[in-house]
Amino acid sequence: MAEERINAEQVKHVAELAKLEFTPDQLATFTGQLEKIIGMFEELSTVDTTGVPVTSQVNDRRNALREDVAVKSDESERKALLANAPETANGLIKVPAIIDESGDGE
Amino acid sequence: MNFVTTIGLEVHVELKTNSKIFSPSPVQFGSEPNANTNVIDWGYPGVLPTANKGVVEAGIKAATALHAEIEQHTYFDRKNYFYPDNPKAYQITQHEKPIAHDGWLEIEVDGKTKKIGIEEMHIEEDAGKNTHESDYSYVDLNRQGTPLIEIVSKPDIASPEEAYAYCEALRQRIQFTGVSDVKMEEGSMRVDVNISIRPAGSDKYGVKTEMKNLNSFNYVRKSLEYEEKRQQNVLMSGGQVQQETRRFDETTGKTILMRVKEGSDDYRYFPEPDVPEVEISDDWIAAVQKTIPEMPGSRRKRYINDFGLTAYDAGVLTQTKEMSDFFDATVTAGADPKLASNYLQGDVNAYLNENKVGLLATKLTPANLAGMIKMISDETISSKIAKKVFKAIMGGADAVEWVNAKGLVQLSDPAQLQPIIDQVLDNNQQSIDDFKNGKDRAVGFLVGQIMKQTHGKANPKVVNQLLMASLKAK
Amino acid sequence: MDFFNQDLTSLHADLVNKKISAAELAQATLANLKQTDAKVDAFLNLNEDAALKAAQAIDAKGINPANVLAGIPVGVKDNIVTKGLTTTAASKMLENFVPVYDATVVEKMLANDMVIVGKTNMDEFAMGGSTENSAFKVTKNPWDVSRVPGGSSGGSAVAVAAGQVPVAFGSDTGGSIRQPASFNGIVGMKPTYGRVSRWGLIAFGSSLDQIGPMTRTVKDNAAALNLIAGNDVNDGTSSKREVPDFTAGLTGDIKGMKIALPKEYMGDGIDPKVRDVIQAAVKQFEDLGATVEEVSLPNSRYGVSAYYIIASSEASSNLQRFDGIRYGFRAQDVKNLEDVYVRSRSEGFGDEVKRRIMLGTFSLSAGYYDAYFHKAGQVRTMIINDFNKVFEDYDLIIGPTAPTPAFKIGDEISDPVTMYMNDVLTIPVNLAGLPGMSIPAGFADGMPVGLQLIGKSFDESTLYKAGYAFEQATDFHQATPDLGGAH
Repeated sequence: MAEERINAEQVKHVAELAKLEFTPDQLATFTGQLEKIIGMFEELSTVDTTGVPVTSQVNDRRNALREDVAVKSDESERKALLANAPETANGLIKVPAIIDESGDGE
Repeated sequence: MNFVTTIGLEVHVELKTNSKIFSPSPVQFGSEPNANTNVIDWGYPGVLPTANKGVVEAGIKAATALHAEIEQHTYFDRKNYFYPDNPKAYQITQHEKPIAHDGWLEIEVDGKTKKIGIEEMHIEEDAGKNTHESDYSYVDLNRQGTPLIEIVSKPDIASPEEAYAYCEALRQRIQFTGVSDVKMEEGSMRVDVNISIRPAGSDKYGVKTEMKNLNSFNYVRKSLEYEEKRQQNVLMSGGQVQQETRRFDETTGKTILMRVKEGSDDYRYFPEPDVPEVEISDDWIAAVQKTIPEMPGSRRKRYINDFGLTAYDAGVLTQTKEMSDFFDATVTAGADPKLASNYLQGDVNAYLNENKVGLLATKLTPANLAGMIKMISDETISSKIAKKVFKAIMGGADAVEWVNAKGLVQLSDPAQLQPIIDQVLDNNQQSIDDFKNGKDRAVGFLVGQIMKQTHGKANPKVVNQLLMASLKAK
Repeated sequence: MDFFNQDLTSLHADLVNKKISAAELAQATLANLKQTDAKVDAFLNLNEDAALKAAQAIDAKGINPANVLAGIPVGVKDNIVTKGLTTTAASKMLENFVPVYDATVVEKMLANDMVIVGKTNMDEFAMGGSTENSAFKVTKNPWDVSRVPGGSSGGSAVAVAAGQVPVAFGSDTGGSIRQPASFNGIVGMKPTYGRVSRWGLIAFGSSLDQIGPMTRTVKDNAAALNLIAGNDVNDGTSSKREVPDFTAGLTGDIKGMKIALPKEYMGDGIDPKVRDVIQAAVKQFEDLGATVEEVSLPNSRYGVSAYYIIASSEASSNLQRFDGIRYGFRAQDVKNLEDVYVRSRSEGFGDEVKRRIMLGTFSLSAGYYDAYFHKAGQVRTMIINDFNKVFEDYDLIIGPTAPTPAFKIGDEISDPVTMYMNDVLTIPVNLAGLPGMSIPAGFADGMPVGLQLIGKSFDESTLYKAGYAFEQATDFHQATPDLGGAH
């Protein structure tokens, strides 16, 4: 390939964003595969899209809006939801401590 | 060296809708953990968001109150980030086409007014709540999906004082639209600030630092004051301001470094495919705008022009929508505006301060306040009795019924009063003599006796007239 | 019993006439299913007890003579959630996940007395074209068990092709109903985007996904689409258009129908034997009185790239919710939150899913968004415009469903680009949100070859009409695989 499109460092960065990790072997394989696939994507750069709008939805709806009416789920649904969680305590979902405060915090 | 300060504010306001923005779960404070959640709020596999019409309409109202231009072709985007209180690991927000843009607010600092521009206003969903303990965090998703509007100011704010005034003005206008309670203490208004300084004369903005989730307007002002000073000291000593997120320590009044920002966060925004685009027609805007309550400025004018209140009184009464609505309702129920204004600012306000409650949390109703004021105006009760009536109506009593039941209607009928006066005079020859000798104090004593006989119900004005006439005739 | 010689109409008649009860039918279906599944591995999870109970309840209240689906056994792809019945999307991430609600299509099946016999295998999270990406088993093509069934709805396709059930439901994001239908010699419909509610379909590419029926005949397929089509308040993207009766108008008469054949669909990348089958189909349509003319969809060649950017981007976001916190797999011995995220996701997802997440995350990331995601969205518009232009003059478009018949298990799995090119003919249809259907059109070296019919938005009726006419004039749909003593 004439030009390097994505290298192992970038793949690692993308993996961090996606909360995935790879062993060195996997990283090598993935980098090679992603390089090839992104290489295929490059064909899009040859298409003249000047002034062409983006399509991001193909539904036929506009203003698919619900009336502002509250519906409280019943206690059994709440119990079932909590039952599916790996860990809970006092009706709360329990997760190991957050060490890195990288959340948006909003 | 002189510096120019530039401050930007991002204000989140929780909307007071019945249901969440993308799920029909109720919007409600103080419920059991996860009680107001369903599969959508938990981000279950296979669920889809359904957008709440009430939120779009609240957005139209808020945009109108902020003099902003409404984007008639708007849509939602996804903001991607992992956090335990963010169940889908993306927030549905508006990034490319927010519902409103280019608005302004008028603020007043040191008697001078200034327009502060609003860059944009968008609608989005709130996250759940994390509680952190040493080894674990606990997630309550009740708040997840609560509708928010986020209002982003233009870099027009030049001082911490202006930032404070902007917060006040914003809170007031949003509150008057009725879309939110805008209560800092309940978290229904949250403020993120950013600040940079640059040498006077430079046209290049300095590096900004930001502080998130400040929960009082005072902290907004104090943190900015501290940060303004700190940045000045950094630059004066030849250093450089880092782009960083800082935290305001409420006890020390200082800001503390949380993390240095390297470039911008990569939220990988893209258009939300699950929510169809929203088209807001002129007709829809007009219909919604018709339902927006009267804004404070218009109310102030009305109070001054129609009711003859002073500008000061009109200002105090329109500080909160609660107070202004109560005042209007009291006047509509027949109370004299001036008296209603006096009572609300005087006795009622004192009661609220003393008991540390909000107006709507008391048992007082506009009808009862008006009932009492009307009885004062037509002299059915005396101002002395009114003090008792006030206590009763603050306790929820009906003003008129209570006065009747207690027999506190003022005695104004001369035919009923004259015999009592005659009797008192007969029993107090000494006072008549004193009066004749020019001792005016004797009148006060006689009035007191008459009041005693009537258990305080005698109309002092009528008593005075009759008594003087009787004395002179002696 | 198998379903090689029965269609919904005849089964319904048997049920109404009490030649067989719903319970007996369910029992016989499950007995055959267990036997045949040992050879093809179409099912991940059987719903035996609940199915029998449901069938007995249906018998107790009686078969509604107006409902052709009453008492009919059905297979459901395992990315469609079923309350109380484990739903895995063929991923370790959801290995023991029990949904707390039913997908809208499932609610409709149950409300109309269909009997769900089990959940069918698929590529993990519907990502793949061979069903080899399942975390649990590899489904085999009943026509040659050394070959793949296609995917991602491979389990549903095989369940129908192997006579295990008369109807199964799949989902199609880039060809996942039509390609396995083609590989297995059955009828598979990907309805117009918005025709069927996605509520309860575990999202892959939200602007592309649709649920659709897979059956042995066109008429059965139309009846099954009747069941699941329609607006749903829980899916804002579901259309409010009126749903016609898709079984109406199946007359066999298509005289004067104007059919387009895109030259790009018959080009170099297409197996010559597949092209021969399609040429014969063209002749068949002409014999039936339709006109077939060559047209061009010049931008369709960019569909694969545009699709893999858009679908992967949406998927990367959709699959972030699988984080080990609220449900599903959580890695063992995690020390902190970051560990929960990274290890749960790294251990819970298979390689193809990780590849797509990586591609999507990359395409949306700072500095690449414009060149990839934005550009792909523009190319999508150009592909839609191509279709619109053709539909100004034609009633439908035909062509092959897939460039080749089913390939050997293991042949392409290690080469993602080659695998992705299998979708070149189906992808443009999803990008444009159009209805597309694959019907059996012949064989190449003993393996089925599907003919793809592409219609105007919300015009599934024309596809059914044309497909039915073709089916009546041919006998490909009557061919059945020989599983060696299974029936």
